[in-house]
Parts: sequence; C-alpha cells; structure tokens
Amino acid sequence: MTDAEIQQAIFDGLRKIAPEADPRQLSPAANLREALDIDSFDFLNFLIALHERLGVEIPEADYGRLTTLSALVQYLTPKFRNP
Amino acid sequence: MPSLGADMTEGTLVQWKVKPGDAIKRGDIIAIVGTEKADIEVEVYQTGTVEKLIAQPGDKLPVGTPIALIHVEGEAPGTAAPEQPAPRPAERVKASPMARKLAHELGVDLEKIKGTGPHGVIERHDVEQAAQTKAPVKAERVEGAAHAEPVAGMRHAIAMAMARSNREIPHYYLSTQIDMSVALDWLQEFNQKRSIETRILPAALLLKAVARGLVQVPELNGFWVDDQLKPSPEVHLGVAISLRGGGLMIPAIHAAEQKSLEELMAALRDVITRARSGRLRSSEITEGTITVTNLGDLGVETVFGVIYPPQVALVGFGKITDRPWAAEHGMLGVRPVLTATLAADHRATDGHRGAQFLQILDGLLREPGKL
Repeated sequence: MTDAEIQQAIFDGLRKIAPEADPRQLSPAANLREALDIDSFDFLNFLIALHERLGVEIPEADYGRLTTLSALVQYLTPKFRNP
Repeated sequence: MPSLGADMTEGTLVQWKVKPGDAIKRGDIIAIVGTEKADIEVEVYQTGTVEKLIAQPGDKLPVGTPIALIHVEGEAPGTAAPEQPAPRPAERVKASPMARKLAHELGVDLEKIKGTGPHGVIERHDVEQAAQTKAPVKAERVEGAAHAEPVAGMRHAIAMAMARSNREIPHYYLSTQIDMSVALDWLQEFNQKRSIETRILPAALLLKAVARGLVQVPELNGFWVDDQLKPSPEVHLGVAISLRGGGLMIPAIHAAEQKSLEELMAALRDVITRARSGRLRSSEITEGTITVTNLGDLGVETVFGVIYPPQVALVGFGKITDRPWAAEHGMLGVRPVLTATLAADHRATDGHRGAQFLQILDGLLREPGKL
C-alpha cells in the first residue's frame, strides 16, 4: 500500500466522523482531535474504521502517539513495508 | 403528540411508519416527530392494531393531541379511547423541522419548493437543492448596528429547559477528586485482550460506576413531580452528547445498572452514533432519570452542571489529569486524578446524601473489577 493510499484511508475515516470538515486542508502537524473537535468516542470510531479498511492492529497503548496526520502516516506506513 | 422534552409544547408529524390495519407491538417505531431539537422516532407503548391515523405529515400539533387511534390487544372493539379530532392547523407548507430551520437560515422560500418526502413533505435535501439554484442574496447590514442572529430551535429548546431548571431547582454542588490509577490500570489490562472494536473507554467505566452508585443512593435517581420525589426503580442514564452542528442531546441508556461493562460500552456507542445521525427514539429522550456529563475530552477539570428537569441530579466528570497525590502510606506521588461533581436538587436530597454518593462512586472506581 502506498503512502497516498494510506493518506486516503485516513481522510475517508476522518470524513465519516467529521463530515463537515475537509481533512485535506489540515496541516500535517495539526492536532486532529482539536482541529476537528473529535471526542474520544469519535476517535475510537476513526481508529476502528482504519483497522477495518487497512487491516492493521492498533494497540491501545499507541493511541496517544496518533495525534496528527503526519504521526498517523508515519505510524501506519511501516506496517505495509515488506519484511 | 407525545412530549419529547421537558419544555416541548408542540411537535410536527414528519412521517408515519405504519398504516391503518398494521399490527404493532410495544416498542415499535410508528412515526417520526420533529421537535425543536431533532427528529425523533416515536415508539408505541401498547401492542395492538393501528385503527386510524388522525394527524397528517406536516401537521404541527400541541403536545397531548391525539395523532392516531390504536386498538389495544385484549380490549373489545370499540373500547379504544374515543377519537378526538386533531385541531386543524392553519394551511401551511408541509416540511420537516430540519428543512424549515435550514430554509430559514438559507433564506429559501418553502412555498416555492416541491417536497420529495412522503406525502410531498419538504425535506432537508429539497431545501439544499433549492438553495443551490437560488440567486445569491446580498446581505444588508447597518453599520454599527447589532447583528442579532435568530435563535435556532435547538438553542431555544436548551434555553427553555435550562432557564426552567435555574428558576425552579435549588441546586447544590459537591465535588471530589478520585484517584483513577487502579481503574485505568485495570482497564488497560482488560483492553489488552480485546480487539479494537470491543475495547472499553474510561467513559463507560464511569457510567457503570454512576449506575451502580445510584442503586445505593436512589434519591438521586428519579424525578421531582407534584412537589415530591419520585425515585425510579431503574437507572436510565441520560448521557449528554454534543452534536457536531452545535447543541446537545441527552438520550437515556435504559437500565444501565443491569448492564455489563461491555453492554454499557456498546449501548453508549450506539446511542452516540444515533444521536449524531438524528435517529433517537422517544423513550430515550423522555425516560432519563439522571444526566451524566463528561467534558474531559475538552480539557475541562471540573463540571458544574445544570440539572435537566424534572430530574433531580447531574453527575459531571472532568479530564483525568496527572496530579501530585498523597498516598495512604504518606508518600507523595503522581496519580491520574478525576474530579467528579454532583449537582443535585436540594428539594430531593441534602448535601450529606450527595456526599455519600460521591464517596460510593470513589469506592467503586477503586475496585473496578467488581463493577
């Protein structure tokens, strides 16, 4: 899976929980929950959507690292690299 | 026309979900009614047959006006409540409340729109489509004059309920700080064995503790009606849910004290999803026996809530933050600490009883495995 495909999955997940927002306008370093006014339930739903779409496991201990677009891409990309 | 809120005086029938002759059972959705806050699915409380639909989609009717005639199972034909003709509303365009609100905001004339909903009711998308084809209107503003926005329906409904609360309910407030280290450690271990879809958030644990605590302090769980407290035999937890477009809904999770943590988490996810997509049911809107507000996600430390009448209490939770904490053995450490507050009706309880509730809540969260 390419970086662009991962980014598209992230954008699609964000659109589901914040349909009025355009995630493409977000700064890569912006705090997603603050910028999109996402509460803990919506954030969990977003991670579940990513898990279902990409098939990746996201342990609860990693939630705190996934605060920005760039952090999400950096976290997810290595999971698709060949060993 | 059912009452779907503390200060609801009228509602608009948006859509029938049944027709004459249909067999219905308790809990079935029979109609959608528009209120100032949202469109609500109306459940029926009897099992029987629909005899007649009195109100028509688009009718705006006072609360208490008959909208349908139902023949209740087990009763002899003809024993149903005598039909009361609904007051005929003035001739008006049939549109859902959301469509009306949007039309008002966008300056769209409803009379010029052809509705595509059932029986020609104008729906939201009809207004949006009309707005797109409408010539842009240049806004006129008087320099220096105050710009008064019309009060939206949602805001108006909240304003009415909260003004009534502050007018009628003598609130008292108590707060306590709860060491959440044991609860969070327990939850982390609990979640490690689970897939992401079934993990539990701390918010669900807090709701469970509130529900269990209310069983021990039932005076906080119920209504103040006719100058007396009417405790509820079950805990129907009203959960304050903010909506993305602004405002909030407080749907109830029924019999929360009887649900396991997993069931409570599933119910919470379900009700939040439906609240935000406008698919709440009438019983969820009307049967909450207490409200829980959690503003921790926004960084708030302490919540001073306003009781939703005729309820008699509200529990508020703030953000769980790391704070210095003197442990029982005298050592100073850093612990994740939660501030829990209770807003309660002094007509129904005294501070002593309220304090006991917070003490019980603290104890329950220190032994999460028993919840």
